[in-house]
Amino acid sequence: MEAQRTAEHATESQESAELISIRNLRVNYGEHEILHGISFDVNRGETLVILGGSGSGKSTLLRTLVGLEKPTSGEIWIKGKNIAAISQSEMDDIRKKIGMSFQGGALFGSMTVGENVALPLREHTRLEESTIEIMLRLKLEQVGLQGFEYYMPSQLSGGMKKRAAVARALAMDPEILFFDEPSAGLDPIIAAGIDQLILELKQAFRMTIIVVTHELASAYLIADRMVLIDKGNIVAIGTTEEMRASTQPRVRQFLDRVAEPEVARELDYLQMLTEDRRSR
Amino acid sequence: MQLLSQVGGSVTNGLAYVGSLASLGGRAAYYTFVGPFQGKPIRFQRAVSQALDVGVRALPILSLITFFIGLILALQAAYELRRFGAISYVATAVAISMSRELGPLITAIVVIGRSGSAFAAEIGTMKVTEEIDALETMAISPVHFLVTPKFLAMIIMLPCLTIWANTMGILGGSLFGVTQADFTFIRYISASVDSLFLRDIVTGLIKSVMFGITITAVGCLEGLSTGAGAEEVGRSTTRAVVMSIFLVVVVDLVFTALFFFISDR
Repeated sequence: MEAQRTAEHATESQESAELISIRNLRVNYGEHEILHGISFDVNRGETLVILGGSGSGKSTLLRTLVGLEKPTSGEIWIKGKNIAAISQSEMDDIRKKIGMSFQGGALFGSMTVGENVALPLREHTRLEESTIEIMLRLKLEQVGLQGFEYYMPSQLSGGMKKRAAVARALAMDPEILFFDEPSAGLDPIIAAGIDQLILELKQAFRMTIIVVTHELASAYLIADRMVLIDKGNIVAIGTTEEMRASTQPRVRQFLDRVAEPEVARELDYLQMLTEDRRSR
Repeated sequence: MQLLSQVGGSVTNGLAYVGSLASLGGRAAYYTFVGPFQGKPIRFQRAVSQALDVGVRALPILSLITFFIGLILALQAAYELRRFGAISYVATAVAISMSRELGPLITAIVVIGRSGSAFAAEIGTMKVTEEIDALETMAISPVHFLVTPKFLAMIIMLPCLTIWANTMGILGGSLFGVTQADFTFIRYISASVDSLFLRDIVTGLIKSVMFGITITAVGCLEGLSTGAGAEEVGRSTTRAVVMSIFLVVVVDLVFTALFFFISDR
């Protein structure tokens, strides 16, 4: 009876709205605390955009969510498991269900695009080589790179690299997809193409997507909800409309792209620099 | 007091470094010898291409260097030996010092310059471009994927290169023997072979395997601990070379002392 109830509870929590719950997350680099106790939830099937300026801690937050940084304290629940306190093999099981697209693509330079995309399949599945070939073509088609499997990453343009990286992140049919600065270093047209790709993935697969960016236009286009982070704290969290309507000064400053007050004196400038460094 | 804490600090840092090396080497050894029996196959294709890089492509430069070293050894030995009219012992001197000491050591130093630095640069660049992070988020162990093929290639190729180096050294010595010490080529070679015990060669080979483990561990650890930015890759590469040379000499000392005390001679 007890066991049944626990089992019921388990399925219930698996099907609850939150796929990821972050509770009081703190992360340090050495002695500097980067994130000062952050809490929020990510719902199943939504696209959440994490906004913030340089050095705000948004990239650290993303790296912590995929297990690349260890939190100092706090909890990160992904699919019912607290990844801040699980074994390496349990973490690997979760990682097989998430995909991550890195800022520069992070494709392996010594492998072709096809080998890059097929790598997770070859590593983690016992699929026939012919099946892998078919899946590889499908994934490349999804990102608009059909026919490019024999190219080396160095032969691709910036936008194509990003697309190939997305194809690799999609290889294992993940439930959650993470993007680190998807439009960084791309011209506006190519960047818009990547935004379009994210929207298509969301509509086609009902995937949960978490995007870290500082590009406002892109955020407005793809986000269901946004989190604004500043100096390691959450400033605001809400739907795109709520954020647009927000009257909080810091939110307005970020969304209206108002510059920090000009620093007139040299001494103030130096102080600002050191504070900036400290907050990083 | 400050001096004491500085000394203590660098000792603990040193121990921590050796600890990380041992941990990395241990994990690579696990994936090489135990992993294949637990459903984690070694990437033989990668190991073979590494072995070509570490071993076969090093042959020309290694041959040249060890040939000259053999010749130098013969000249230096003859300088003393001829005063005692014992110039015919040149062959013995060259053969023993090559196979016990200089063959393994010179091979290790050439391999550090060619491959240890390349390991650090390759892995360091992958670190900077987030490729190592990408491996981890795909639940692929960077040690299994990157370090293990290098480890396997090193522990196989370094002893092979060492045997080659010994041979080239003896050939180098024979150039002196034949032209300056009234040896025929055949007599020089047979004098060299006669002077060697199996033990001389085996101890050299054991050392060379240990050197291979050291070079792989240092190169890969320096690569994996690369910070952000291209200049960090350069720094890691430099550190990998300097630390490898230092640690190879330390390992050499430890094993030479060990062989000295356990030998019955």
